[in-house]
Amino acid sequence: MAVSLREYRAKIKSTQSMKKITRAMELIAASRIIKAQQHAAAAEPYARELTRAVSAVATFSNVDHPLTTEKDDPKKAAVLVICSDRGLAGAYSSSVLKEAERLTEKLHSEGKEVEYYLTGRKSESYFNFRGREFVKSWTGFSDKPEYANAREIGDELVAAFNAGLEDPAEGGQAAPERAVDELHIVFTRFRSMLTQEPDVIRLLPLEVVEGTEAPPSDEVLPLYEFEPSESEVLDALLPKYVNARIYYCLLQAAASELAARQKAMKSATDNAQDLIEKYTRIANQARQAGITQEISEIVGGANALADATAGSE
Amino acid sequence: MADGTLEVSLVAADRVVWSGEAREVLAKTSEGEIGILIGHAPVMSSLVPGVVEIVTEEERIVAATEEGFLSVADDRVSILSEDAFMADEIDAEAARAEVERLSPEGDSIELRRAEAKVRAAEKS
Repeated sequence: MAVSLREYRAKIKSTQSMKKITRAMELIAASRIIKAQQHAAAAEPYARELTRAVSAVATFSNVDHPLTTEKDDPKKAAVLVICSDRGLAGAYSSSVLKEAERLTEKLHSEGKEVEYYLTGRKSESYFNFRGREFVKSWTGFSDKPEYANAREIGDELVAAFNAGLEDPAEGGQAAPERAVDELHIVFTRFRSMLTQEPDVIRLLPLEVVEGTEAPPSDEVLPLYEFEPSESEVLDALLPKYVNARIYYCLLQAAASELAARQKAMKSATDNAQDLIEKYTRIANQARQAGITQEISEIVGGANALADATAGSE
Repeated sequence: MADGTLEVSLVAADRVVWSGEAREVLAKTSEGEIGILIGHAPVMSSLVPGVVEIVTEEERIVAATEEGFLSVADDRVSILSEDAFMADEIDAEAARAEVERLSPEGDSIELRRAEAKVRAAEKS
């Protein structure tokens, strides 16, 4: 009995220190969410103005831009998977990866080849472990993305998309083997502190109407003059719009990751507390049983002694 | 005509650098310098790395921008740039060193960005 009592005490101790760790992680995640939300709020004016500008150009010009034109026969699709660098966030990364698999299946069933671009070490190791190929990955910023990260990703993806376009200046396709006809992003949308949903958006070809915050439909857009020309303004505007969208997705994913981590760590802390209570009860029981046994042994011994002396007289 | 003010916002990708009311905005577009006063016709134009000046009643605000956009409509001016710095945020020494480092390599977008910073720092 004494042995198991010691065992239970050791278990209580280790659970207590584990609880301290998970509690600390919960608090860290909680404080970072606020920062992530502030970043998301700070990025909003730019996204809003950019969306306004793109809608204005799109409304008042009939210019066809390669980034907005649907290809006749899409063969290859790129998927950008936005995942976390670290685990301990519950089902966060696995649900993103599951969503990516679902999207892959859908694209395959449409007869498209799929190419992957990854962010976050978790998705990288998922692909490496399964021996699957990906084109490029970016890591190290999943919980605090900066605009520069989005720009890097955006430049790469737009380049891959443009590689497949016929370049009239050079006549013919520039690099058809790299050609990507569509671009999808799998990320986690931050609905609230309690719910985060994995989501897919198609980034390219662009559907301009579907903005982060489309201007209200009753607002009449002014008749802009474009300098130098509509198509050149659009040329410069659209890649920036793509970058801003990617930045938006990264920020959403970061907030979701932190919220998921906070939730996971909170339940881990709660579970640790439950375990401590359970072990304390068992340990008390064991201690009590030990005492009871000792008493009954003493009483039994004393009785036997009394009987023996009574018998000898 | 000259009543009222322009509502100006200078927005970078991850923050609002400056916003408020102003009398005049000067910027550098791909077509050349542009000056905007109240009652300007709606314009949408692409910016090149350069200096943006915003003149208010009290002061003159100087900022360096990267490539971006300028849109004007109904006396609302929005200047969008992926990154923008107010002149007093710029480390002029570091920017000058950057220019010297980059200039032997010939013209590049990084060089023009650094030059814009230097000019903004000198103007303020």
